[in-house]
Amino acid sequence: MTRITAWRRHPLARYAVLILALALVGTVYATFVQVSRPADAALAAGKVDDVAEGKSLFEAHCSSCHGLNAQGTATGPTLIGVGAAAVDFQMSTGRMPASDPGAQVPRKPLPDWVKKNPDAIRQISAYVQSLGGGPQVPGKEQVDPKLGDAAKGGELFRANCIQCHNWAGAGGALTRGKYAPNLNEATPEQIYEAMVTGPQAMPVFNDSTITPEEKRNMIAYITQVREQKDPGGFGLGRIGPVTEGLVVWIVGILALVLASIWITAKKRQKS
Amino acid sequence: MTDNEHEIEQPDERVPKRVIGTPAPGTSLLGDQPEAAAAATAGGETPGVTLQDEQKARKAERIVSLCFLITFAAGIAFLIFYVILPVGSPEATGLSNLALGGTLTLAVLGLAVGIVVWVRQIMPKYSLVQDRHDMVSAKEDRAVVAETFLQGANESGFVKRKMLRRTLLLGAAPLGLIPLILLRDLDNNDMPASQFHNELRHTVWGEKTKEGKNLRLVVEGTGQPIRAADFNSPGGILSVVPEGYEHDLTVLAKATLILIKFRPEEIKSGTNKNWTHDGIVAYSKICTHVGCPAALYEQTTHHILCPCHQSTFDAADGAKVIFGPAARPLPQLPISVDDQGYLIAQGDFAVPVGPSFWERGDAEAAVRAKGGQA
Repeated sequence: MTRITAWRRHPLARYAVLILALALVGTVYATFVQVSRPADAALAAGKVDDVAEGKSLFEAHCSSCHGLNAQGTATGPTLIGVGAAAVDFQMSTGRMPASDPGAQVPRKPLPDWVKKNPDAIRQISAYVQSLGGGPQVPGKEQVDPKLGDAAKGGELFRANCIQCHNWAGAGGALTRGKYAPNLNEATPEQIYEAMVTGPQAMPVFNDSTITPEEKRNMIAYITQVREQKDPGGFGLGRIGPVTEGLVVWIVGILALVLASIWITAKKRQKS
Repeated sequence: MTDNEHEIEQPDERVPKRVIGTPAPGTSLLGDQPEAAAAATAGGETPGVTLQDEQKARKAERIVSLCFLITFAAGIAFLIFYVILPVGSPEATGLSNLALGGTLTLAVLGLAVGIVVWVRQIMPKYSLVQDRHDMVSAKEDRAVVAETFLQGANESGFVKRKMLRRTLLLGAAPLGLIPLILLRDLDNNDMPASQFHNELRHTVWGEKTKEGKNLRLVVEGTGQPIRAADFNSPGGILSVVPEGYEHDLTVLAKATLILIKFRPEEIKSGTNKNWTHDGIVAYSKICTHVGCPAALYEQTTHHILCPCHQSTFDAADGAKVIFGPAARPLPQLPISVDDQGYLIAQGDFAVPVGPSFWERGDAEAAVRAKGGQA
């Protein structure tokens, strides 16, 4: 007892208590912040900043077509309720901001202001998400092709996707200048986002009918097929009988014609 | 000529003057070159034949030998590749195919090129002149044929002996009828033709499950039934098959559907709204032109495009044809939900799905006459 009393009266005791108290507060705060960060609560300070930053970026780069409050104009649709996934898809593929109106907005390199500011897409996504909800950007694990079952995904892909995108994801033509793009450049995130948001003419495949797990299987199929080598030699764009027929007619038959000309040509005789 | 081997005496007129298709006796294959022929014969050479320059021929000989050596090497390489290359995995098989096909191609090509060079550069050149013979046979040939035919006809008694002729024709008649009867049953469904016609008109969507309930719509590829409340994103599309027939290709060839979700205000008058549920419409996936799977759907324009011949259907307006060779809209399947909220078929399609067939008639008019119900 006397020993404890002696420690308490030690001249350094007050500093020790102060340090202990600070450490305790710090630890509690740190644990609290660590728990609350993945919980994606709106009160997290960073998120509010993202929305504010995103709003100013949106007003600078997007509002001329989509309206100052993303309500849509004659040249651009409303973005209320499209969700962060739609913004991430359109901007990360370079489709938005669109350069000129046409039948379809093509994939293109990112504009400089997006390249210089790696947070820009996330911030605009956060702003659009805050307007009316909608599909979220998927997590890394949610789209990891390694975790998917390519065989099961292939079944779904063949039933629902190949009519436009071709069995190997090579894409194809649609009506009046529109087309289904090839899937070779699309990242797993972009494939997922395209399915849940239905960009441009593409239909929507929402998570309640095609579950996120089934989507991951399809992503596994798409990435596996595009990495496959062509066992028969040249893939010819893998777009099927059209190119194959073209090559047979132009190259094959031309070769046959030239060979028969050579075999049967009459040699000029001297005299 | 061979006829004479039998030592039967033939009238002089029956003996052919010459074999048809060969030059008349006395004409030369080398054409009329009396002076050149005479000169060549004088020089000890065959007329019309030019020998190759010996120096060039020797050069060509080396080229030809090189080609044959390539053939030899490629043939040996083929055997070696055949023995050493494994064919376990698709990649290994691909490599093996490439090696075997490549060497075999090289071998045959070397042989072919060598032979062509041989013929062109080493063998002597002929200048042959061969006149075309007349299209019409000679008058006497035709007379002989006609005479022979009539003589044969008379000798056979076909004209004179009526009973023979009539029984022969009678015997041949069923043989002629057989293909007609066989054609009628040219299908592989082991069913009489009447039932086959029925098959063309109906799909399994009209059937009931063992419990007597209507068939559910399930997702093609996963077999999951679809809750109407889950298929709730406008612009959505799904390829759908009947419950219980997920892998029966004969059934799916007719019964596969595309299921499209609209905002209710997007649906136009061409669509039968009694056959939809909460903006969800089901159409046959089988194109009415020649039966390709038509499912290239654009959610912005509501176009369904068939990839085979570019028939385009307006999904919002009863899938009516707006472009292309298809003559009729894609049939709409009446759908509804069961007590658990899953999408079910109300019954079969009102009209036959897929391309036209002879007995189809105006199936749409027949449905209208019955009050428009399936």
